[in-house]
Amino acid sequence: MDKVVIPIGPQHPALKEPASFSVTLEGEKIVDVNLRLGYNHRGIEKACEDRTFMQDIYLLERVCGICSHSHSTCYVQAVEDLAGAEVPKRALYIRTLIGELERVHSHLLWLGVAGHEVGFDTLFMYSWRDREIVMDLFAKITGNRVNYGINTIGGVRRDISKEDVQEILKAVDTLEERTKYYIQVATQEVTLINRLSNVGKLSRADVESLGAVGPVARASGVDRDTRRDDPYAAYSEVSFKVVTVENADVYGRTLVRVGELMESYNIIRQVIKNMPDGPITVKVPRKIPEGEAFSRYEAPRGEDVHYVKSNGSDKPERVKLRAPTLANAKAVLKMLENYNLADLPIIVAAIDPCFSCTDRTISIKKLDTGSSEIMDWGSLRKYSIEWYRKRGIRF
Amino acid sequence: MVKSLVYILIFPGLLFLSASGMILEYVDRKLYAKFQNRVGPPWFQPFADFIKLLAKEDIVPEEAEKKMFKSLPFFALAATVTSFVYIPIWGTNALFSFNGDVIVVLYLLSIPTLTFFLAGYSSHSLFSLVGAVRALTQFFAYEVPLFLTILSSALLAGTWSISEMSVFYNQHHWYWLFNLLGFGLAIIALLGKLEKVPFDIPEAETEVVGGTFTEYSGRLLAFFRLTIDIEVVVCAALLAAVFLPFGMDLNPVIGFVLFILKVLSIVALLSLARTVFARLRIDQMVNFSWKYIAPLSFLQLIINVILQGVIK
Repeated sequence: MDKVVIPIGPQHPALKEPASFSVTLEGEKIVDVNLRLGYNHRGIEKACEDRTFMQDIYLLERVCGICSHSHSTCYVQAVEDLAGAEVPKRALYIRTLIGELERVHSHLLWLGVAGHEVGFDTLFMYSWRDREIVMDLFAKITGNRVNYGINTIGGVRRDISKEDVQEILKAVDTLEERTKYYIQVATQEVTLINRLSNVGKLSRADVESLGAVGPVARASGVDRDTRRDDPYAAYSEVSFKVVTVENADVYGRTLVRVGELMESYNIIRQVIKNMPDGPITVKVPRKIPEGEAFSRYEAPRGEDVHYVKSNGSDKPERVKLRAPTLANAKAVLKMLENYNLADLPIIVAAIDPCFSCTDRTISIKKLDTGSSEIMDWGSLRKYSIEWYRKRGIRF
Repeated sequence: MVKSLVYILIFPGLLFLSASGMILEYVDRKLYAKFQNRVGPPWFQPFADFIKLLAKEDIVPEEAEKKMFKSLPFFALAATVTSFVYIPIWGTNALFSFNGDVIVVLYLLSIPTLTFFLAGYSSHSLFSLVGAVRALTQFFAYEVPLFLTILSSALLAGTWSISEMSVFYNQHHWYWLFNLLGFGLAIIALLGKLEKVPFDIPEAETEVVGGTFTEYSGRLLAFFRLTIDIEVVVCAALLAAVFLPFGMDLNPVIGFVLFILKVLSIVALLSLARTVFARLRIDQMVNFSWKYIAPLSFLQLIINVILQGVIK
């Protein structure tokens, strides 16, 4: 076969969200990959500037469906930093608890997706069944399955009752049992190991130079975890191990994630045991003093970063966020080099991509000339008004 | 004339095969679901899918070779249905048989795979093309072990006719146990032939969308899916006749019930394999096939050659 260019995306069964990989194949071997993002741009950062600090929590929580708590906590931390608020201990513990439960459900989800990508649907069905336990728990303690809405500036909105604690402990026991079984499956199932090991290699040097984060970096032996390196919430008061392996392939990333699941159960138990009594929120004035703040958070997919600038009013002047997938996107292209087309879905899935969180700008690329242009807010608005006017719609 | 028409269209022809194919698809899906802790489809799901597809629009791609594209599903269907008349299903004798029909059945069963390749090739779509090339690559990997194992069973019986093989194994009651290794290998090869996990590489949806069938829709797709269902019945029946020939000489009713049980257990084995394995890559599949399955089927052949010498 000659070289062929296969479009994986923007619509493709391997991708859960639109992104476009144009893959140049020589037979089954990938010789070149071109990644285009931007199909899911929603203008959230800009929309934040039109809303108050409080409203922005709920908007930013919707950046991602899976790591919603990560984004809202990251943002709230930056705002609290600006306001100089002293958040009560109990609130910090609850944030940690929700954060770790979120990591559990995100990693279980990933395990299922990874199973599906390599055609191992049984693993997919099993791990998603168990993920329901966490989702139901969320529904019980926060009122929502996905966007928990538990953060507020200066604390959390809901307290955890004694009954909730019992439920959580029971769920964690069940999940720990099941996770042990998955570890057994991942380390013993021959076809699964064959499909995962020595696929999507990313050396330590590449991690450093491409700036990969989260489980991807830790699977290449880079010992980096914001929870330990720059503790936030209650992480400075719990002890846990940062899981790293030296495999540097998709199999290593699987091991890191199931290992982190076990650590999360450990953290949840500690948090519940040491949770202090007291208020769950402090009052923070509506207008946030002038200044800028930067906040880091270890989301399930890697380090999440928010930057907030205030001009002294009740609305932020600028909110900038960088989702972990953006940091890993470059690494994916490196990982794909010289592997088979059959490995593409699992290599892409191995960074646990979340493209809608990542899309920050639209750059329009003209296919015929190859030139690109970037539109700013004003010209985009003008363009859309003209587009509608041409079609006879006035507003 | 009427009798032949009944044979071709009703029993054991098209109608019986379609119905049993769909029932087996249901059994497979339900078992697969149960293994995975799911509820699974209701019994009429395969029928409903078929009827739905018949009602849908046929879309033929602009760039496809239209005649080939449209006729291939029927070629595949005809070949599979034809091969069934040589397989004994209620007694030791099939409807038709002659010395050499086992070869004919095996070749007729190769035709669907070849049409899958041609279908992908004539679709002129990238995903179909990759799927087609994979189907053909896989074809060369599993076909040799499948032929070898079935032929070694025929060798022990000293005949090239499936019906006479059945007669032989029913006269020599426990001889089929010598072929158990071959049976295991044939099941693995069958997973490749039927494109099921771990060998569903040609239609791996996360990699090549629908593989060969990416561009197919409506009636044409319905007939391809029907062909695949019927292929399951025919292949399972072939394996049952060749490797599990016991109890077929008692009486037609018991023979037919036993036949159904054998086919169901083969389908259950296939579902189990589908549950516990992940999909392999095409290079891993070819390696596995030539490194382990092919040499082991040669071993079965040698065992049967020696056995035949001992018996005579």
